[in-house]
Amino acid sequence: MTARIGVVTFPGSLDDRDTQRAIRLAGAEPVALWHKDKNLHQVDAVVLPGGFSYGDYLRAGAISRFSPVMETVIEQAKAGLPVLGICNGFQILTEAHLLPGGMLGNDHLHFICRDQKLRVENADTAWTADYESGQEIHIPLKNMDGRYVADEYTLDKLEAEGRVAFRYVARGEAAHGYGNPNGSLRDIAGITNEAGNVVGLMPHPEHAVEPLIGSGRTDGLPFFTSILKKLVNA
Amino acid sequence: MSRTPLDTVEHAAATPDVELPWAELGLKKDEYERVVEILGRRPTGAELAMYSVMWSEHCSYKSSKVHLRQFGEKAPQSDALLVGIGENAGVVDVGQGYAVTFKVESHNHPSYVEPYQGAATGVGGIVRDIIAMGARPVAVVDPLRFGAADHPDTKRVLPGVVAGIGGYGNCLGLPNIGGEVVFDACYQGNPLVNAGAIGVMRHEDIHLAKASGSGNKVILYGARTGGDGIGGASILASETFDDAKPSKRPAVQVGDPFQEKLLIECTLEAFKEKLVVGIQDLGAAGLSCATSELASNGSGGMRVTLDDVPLRDSTLSPEEILMSESQERMCAVVEPEKVDRFLEICDKWDVIATVIGEVTDGDRLEIYWHGGKIVDVDPRTVAHDGPVYERPYARPQWQDALQADDAGKLARPASPAELKDQVRKLVASPNQASKKWITSQYDHFVQGNTVLAQPEDSGMIRIDEESGLGVAIATDGNGRYAKLDPYAGAQLALAEAYRNVATTGAKPLAVSDCLNFGSPEDPAVMWQFAEAIRGLADACQQLGTPVTGGNVSLYNQTGEAAIHPTPVVAVLGVIDDVARRTPVAFQEEGQLLYLLGDTREEFGGSAWSQVVHDHLGGLPPKVDLERERLLGEILISASRDGMIDSAHDLSDGGLIQAVVESALLGEKGARLVVPDGLDAFTFLFSESAGRAVVAVPRSEELRFNDMCGARGLPVTRIGVVDGDSVDVQGEFALSLEELREAHEATIPALLA
Repeated sequence: MTARIGVVTFPGSLDDRDTQRAIRLAGAEPVALWHKDKNLHQVDAVVLPGGFSYGDYLRAGAISRFSPVMETVIEQAKAGLPVLGICNGFQILTEAHLLPGGMLGNDHLHFICRDQKLRVENADTAWTADYESGQEIHIPLKNMDGRYVADEYTLDKLEAEGRVAFRYVARGEAAHGYGNPNGSLRDIAGITNEAGNVVGLMPHPEHAVEPLIGSGRTDGLPFFTSILKKLVNA
Repeated sequence: MSRTPLDTVEHAAATPDVELPWAELGLKKDEYERVVEILGRRPTGAELAMYSVMWSEHCSYKSSKVHLRQFGEKAPQSDALLVGIGENAGVVDVGQGYAVTFKVESHNHPSYVEPYQGAATGVGGIVRDIIAMGARPVAVVDPLRFGAADHPDTKRVLPGVVAGIGGYGNCLGLPNIGGEVVFDACYQGNPLVNAGAIGVMRHEDIHLAKASGSGNKVILYGARTGGDGIGGASILASETFDDAKPSKRPAVQVGDPFQEKLLIECTLEAFKEKLVVGIQDLGAAGLSCATSELASNGSGGMRVTLDDVPLRDSTLSPEEILMSESQERMCAVVEPEKVDRFLEICDKWDVIATVIGEVTDGDRLEIYWHGGKIVDVDPRTVAHDGPVYERPYARPQWQDALQADDAGKLARPASPAELKDQVRKLVASPNQASKKWITSQYDHFVQGNTVLAQPEDSGMIRIDEESGLGVAIATDGNGRYAKLDPYAGAQLALAEAYRNVATTGAKPLAVSDCLNFGSPEDPAVMWQFAEAIRGLADACQQLGTPVTGGNVSLYNQTGEAAIHPTPVVAVLGVIDDVARRTPVAFQEEGQLLYLLGDTREEFGGSAWSQVVHDHLGGLPPKVDLERERLLGEILISASRDGMIDSAHDLSDGGLIQAVVESALLGEKGARLVVPDGLDAFTFLFSESAGRAVVAVPRSEELRFNDMCGARGLPVTRIGVVDGDSVDVQGEFALSLEELREAHEATIPALLA
C-alpha cells in the first residue's frame, strides 16, 4: 500500500500536473483535488502547488485562501495532516495563517527564474526527513512575489524554534545567480509550523525530480520520498 | 443607444446616397467601390466595419499574397504536414500518434506604443491560435528586436516588452524556451516583437476553424467584449452614427492572462469530450473575423444576434462590437444537444459562455441588432475575397554600392593583443552578450518537460514521458545579412534555425515564419520582400521543410527609413528520445573539440564588422543548403549514437563566440589551436555558414572521424576542453572569470 497525496487545483494553478508527476516518481499515488470541493477524498497529505491562482489578483494567495477546499485543509492541517505549499501554495499558507509572515514583491521588481542554491536548515519535518540538516541543494525558483517578510519577533521566534526550513545560500558573489534572490528577510526560502507537518517554500522541488528535465538535478525528490516514508511507516 | 436610426440592410438599400467614412477606416476608393459592387448597394455601417478591417493589410495580406503563394507552389513533398497554410496554425506529424502545431506572429506596432500590453497580448494571441487547433500549448518562444541598446527609448521599450511577455506567459504556465534578442539602430521606433508558440495533440484531436451543420450553435466564450482595440470603428461610431458619444478608447488591447489560462483549460476539456465541431479564436478583427472565417470555411451560412454578446461596456455600438479586439475570447460551433455540457464546462472554469447564433442552411452571414438585420453578406467576400495587389518592386539603386563596400577591406587586428581586445569587445557587445537578465524573467521550468531552453541552440520539450519523444524549436533571423542580400539573408535565417535544431540532436521537419519589413508602398522594400520570400521558398524546397504558416508584418518604418528586411524563421524538429539531446555546455575536461564545415574569409554583415567597425557592407556568407543538410545529418547521428557530448552552431560572432558560450555554460575552459591554412583572425571571427563546433569524448574520436570522412563532411580538430580559460595557443588567453564579466555585465548595466 502506498500513500495518497492530494494536489489541489485552483483556477490559475500551473504546477499541479508537475507536482502530481513528482509524487508519482517518488512512488506515491497523486490525487487531484478541486478548489470548489471541500472533500479531501481520504488523502494522507496535501500539496498546494505553484502558479498564479486567481491571477494573483488582490494579493498572491489572498483569494484562494477562501476557497471551499481550504476550509478542510486548514481544519485538518491543524489536526496534523501533512501539507506542503510550493510558491503560490506557500503564499496561500501564509494567507491562511497556517504559517507566519508573508510574501512581498521581489526587491528588484522583476520575475526571476533560475536554479537556486538552498541550505536545508531543518531536516526533521514531514517533508524534509530525507535530507541531512545543513545539506546544500539546488532547486528551481520562479516567482514575482517571493520576498519573505515577518516582524522581528516572529523572525526571532522562527529561528529560536528551528522553524526556518530552507535558506538561500551564496556561492561566492551573488552576481552569479546565487545568494538571496529577492530580498527575503534572513535569507529565508521556506519555513515550517511548530508541529513540522506544514511546510512552505518559494522554490519548486517538483521541478527537480528528473535528471533530464528542468535544472537537470533531482535535489527536489526527497520532499516527496520523505512524506511517502513517513506515511507508509506510520 | 444611437440617436440616429439603426443602419439596417433595409435602411442602406433605401438610402444609397449616405456617405460613409470608408477612407477613415483605411479603405481605398476602389476597395469601397468593390464592396458596393459585391453587395449591390451601399454597405451598412456594420458591414463597412467588417470589410474595412478584414480587408486591411494585417488581415488580408493584400500586398503579400501574390508572393506568399510560392510557399505553396514550391512546397517540398513531406509526409509530416497534416494541416498546411491557411488555418490558425500548421500541424505537423511527429510520430507515435502525436501532432504538433506551431506558429510565429508579430505584435510589433502595439509593442512600441505600449510595450507591456503590446507584448503580453502578442503572447495571448499566438497561444489562442494554438488552442484553436485542438492542441495543448506546451511552450512559447520570443524573437525580439530593439533599437540601439544604449538608446534611451530602448530602456523604455525593452523592459516593458520583457515584463509583458513574462507577465503573461508565466501566468499561463507556458515555459519560454527560446527566441532571440537583437539590437540595431534600424529598429529604433519600430521594435519587432514576434511571438511563437508550440502545441501538442493526438492526430484525432485536430480541430479546424469551420462552421458546419445547419442548426449547430455558435458559442462565444471567454472575456466580455469591451471597447479596446477598436481603432477605426470609433471613427465610424462617433462621426457617422452618434457624434455626441465619447469614443476615445485605447488602441492597444489589455491582456488578462488569468482569463486566458481558464480559457485554455476549459477549451481543452471541451475538446476532450468531443463537444466542438469548429473553433476560432478572436484576435485581430475580433468577431468580424471569427464569424466570417467560421462561416466561409464551413458548408452553410450563419446567423448571429449581436445583442447576446456579453459586454463590458453597454454603450458599445454594433460596429464597435464587431471590431472590438478585446482579448481572451473564443468562438465555438457546437451541436445543439451538446450545448448544455459545453456551457457546464465553461461554468466549472468560471468562464462566461453565451450562444450568440447558429449555423444556417444558406450561404449568407446575417447579423442582427435590436431586431434589425445590420449585416447580410457572403462571408467569403469578407474573409477571402479581399483585394490583391501586385505592388511594384525594384531593386534599390543603393544595393550595388552596399554590396561593393566589402567588409574584407576593413582593418584587421594587427597583434595578438589587439585580437584579444576585439574578442573581449565582441563577447561583451549587446548582441553577443548574455541575455540572462532577460530570459531569467521567463519561466522555463513550468510543465516539467523542458529539456533545453535558451541559451541552448534550440528549445526542446519532451512530449511523451514513456518514450522520451520530444520536439525542438529554434527561431533565427539576421536583418544585416538580409539587408545585404534579401534572397540569401532569408535562406541564411532558415539555414541557421535548421542548423540550431539539428545541433541539439533533433531532425528538422517544418517551418513557420514571421516576415518583418518596411512599407510595401516603397518599391525597394517590396523588392526586399519579394526576394526574401523567393529565397525562403527555394530553400525550404531544397531542405525538404515545408512552410506550415506564418505572419507578415509590413509598415515597420518611420518616415523614409525602413527597418532592415527581417525574415524570422522558426524551424520545428523532432527527436525520438530527449535523453540523446546535445547541449551547448562543455561537459568534461579532456574532450576533443572539432570544427565541422568550411571556414572562409566571410565578414560581410558579421558581428565583428559591426562591433569593431560599425560597418555594414559587402555580401553575407555563402549559402550551401546541401552542406547544411549534411551537417545536420552528422549532428543528429552523432547525438543519437553518443559520439558527441556538446555541440554549438556557429553563426553571428563566429567560432570564438560559440566556444566562449560553451565554456561559460559548462564552467570549463578550452585550448584552441589555429588550424593550418587559416589565420587566427579568420578562424575566430569568420561567419561562414554550415558550421558547428562539437566536443567528442576521446573514446569516440575514431568513430566520429570515420563517420564524417565517409560522408564527406570537412572536419578539423581545433583543440580540447581544458582549464579555466579560453586559450588560443600562440595568440592570447582570456580567463573564464574575465570572459564571464565581459559577457554577463553588459545587458544589466544597460537595462537594469
